[in-house]
Amino acid sequence: MLERRARYLSLEEGGFALLLAATAFMCLIIAGKTFDQVLAFHASLISLAAAVGTFYIFRRYFDGDNEPIPQEVDGKPNYNMAPIEFATWASVFWGIAGFLVGLVIALQLAYPVLNFDLPWTSFGRLRPLHTSAVIFAFGGNVLIATSMYVVQRTCRARMPGRILPWAVVLGYNLFIVVAGTGYLLGVTQSKEYAEPEWYADLLLTVVWVFYLFLFLGTLWKRKEPHIYVANWFYLAFIVTIAVLHIFNNASLPVSIFSSKSYIVWAGVQDAMVQWWYGHNAVGFFLTAGFLAIMYYFIPKRADRPVYSYRLSIVHFWALIFIYIWAGPHHLHYTSLPQWASTLGMTFSIILWMPSWGGMINGLMTLSGAWDKLRTDPVLRMMVVSVAFYGMSTFEGPVMSIRAVNSLSHYTDWTIGHVHAGALGWVGYISFGALYCLVPWLYNKKDVYSLKLVNWHFWVSTLGIVLYICAMWVSGIMQGLMWRAYDSLGFLEYSFIETVDAMHPFYVMRALGGGLFLLGALIMVYNLYMTARHGEAAEARVAQPDGQLAPAE
Amino acid sequence: MESTYNILASFAQTGGLLYFMAIFAGVVIYAVWPGNKERFDDAAQIPFREDD
Repeated sequence: MLERRARYLSLEEGGFALLLAATAFMCLIIAGKTFDQVLAFHASLISLAAAVGTFYIFRRYFDGDNEPIPQEVDGKPNYNMAPIEFATWASVFWGIAGFLVGLVIALQLAYPVLNFDLPWTSFGRLRPLHTSAVIFAFGGNVLIATSMYVVQRTCRARMPGRILPWAVVLGYNLFIVVAGTGYLLGVTQSKEYAEPEWYADLLLTVVWVFYLFLFLGTLWKRKEPHIYVANWFYLAFIVTIAVLHIFNNASLPVSIFSSKSYIVWAGVQDAMVQWWYGHNAVGFFLTAGFLAIMYYFIPKRADRPVYSYRLSIVHFWALIFIYIWAGPHHLHYTSLPQWASTLGMTFSIILWMPSWGGMINGLMTLSGAWDKLRTDPVLRMMVVSVAFYGMSTFEGPVMSIRAVNSLSHYTDWTIGHVHAGALGWVGYISFGALYCLVPWLYNKKDVYSLKLVNWHFWVSTLGIVLYICAMWVSGIMQGLMWRAYDSLGFLEYSFIETVDAMHPFYVMRALGGGLFLLGALIMVYNLYMTARHGEAAEARVAQPDGQLAPAE
Repeated sequence: MESTYNILASFAQTGGLLYFMAIFAGVVIYAVWPGNKERFDDAAQIPFREDD
């Protein structure tokens, strides 16, 4: 007689199966009826992904693998690490891709022939590919991986759901693929850092709501009564990005069968919403999220608690209260009312306080253990990252002042500033987190080779220094040349003369970017070797009764 | 007659400012309150309290 098994789909599995199946059919219809080739490609891709997802849910069901997941194993929380591993390697992959495209466009600026006169390889299409790949694909996957890790460990609880964590990780990376291929094929809504068109935005919105539920669900299940400060930063990042994304992408498609849409905001209000979004993408994606990494990974690696937990609370709330107002400083000397851009400028300057408060908190965590900087290149990378954070958050408010902005805006100075933050702060804190996370995930003692981490550190630091210095000189020179007048009041230089003058700095910048990429490639090898051949962490010793027990 | 814009703007400039200042002052007082020191010192140890 056949054994009778309880055969039912859980509410979660059933709900996801229904949603995915509906998405698959919907996208199939759109793909079939649209005259827009890119939309047909993307709708087919999403349809295929949704169909495969449905298949996997039902395959598990028909395999009879319906046992509930144990929340604890041997009295320890049964953490869910598989989606984190995926997001970790995805971040490594997208990181290399994003840095490489960055190098290509840097070389295109120095040697325009590298545009190849093809639409798909033109600077205009590759530039958003670079920014989205490094910010959202690399940075986003680092944030997803570390947030899932940190929230589980500091709550001592498993993430809720069987499908939900995978829906977040896979859904997010599907969004990346749709967005990136869209740029190459010429689909963009031309909003900086928010280029994906309406259907990609819709996909991201759904995934992001899942992410919020996943994070809140883990907090809900927590065994630790206090919510550790890193989780506050992650939560602020998730919630604020959701709000920003929805407001800045409130657009109406021309038709459901067209990739083209129009934003509902008009004129200067659209510009204001765009830079309210744009600057808070910096504030809550590239700052709050990575500060969460700082508050967990630096104490863990230094083996010391954060310098002042009280300061971290003040830091958090000050950052949240102030950052959200700073956006209008992107719109000096535009049709935005001057009071609004003055407001943005004022709040940017006030931001010095929380930024430096946070930097001090991160750096002083090392107090009494500064010698570790000499012996541990991973910790050094993270501490230098915090120093870059301090440097770029000092420079930013200066550049937001209207008078300074009149010189710096639209020049390479801005590019240099962004890369001090992106390569130095976001890049290094992410590399540091990856060097910690991969050994933890694969149960290894440490990274495969600290010597290679050291090489990574010095090669890419040299790259960053070359990059930033080249852009400072090039940017300030460019700004000064634009405003130089001769004795008769005519402009001293034509535009092309400024471009010609910048050529050597463009070459130097490309060299810096190349070194940064080289450093990242060293990291990839090191992380791969850590996962495959690293020394195992649990040295088990035999107990007198012959049983094996983990060494303490 | 006052326009809706003026009413909202004057509220934002006075009431809104006071409201945000009051909440923020509350946060700072909560953070530095001597009685909370022990809790925060304990919270700082959370990353080291995991089941390794």
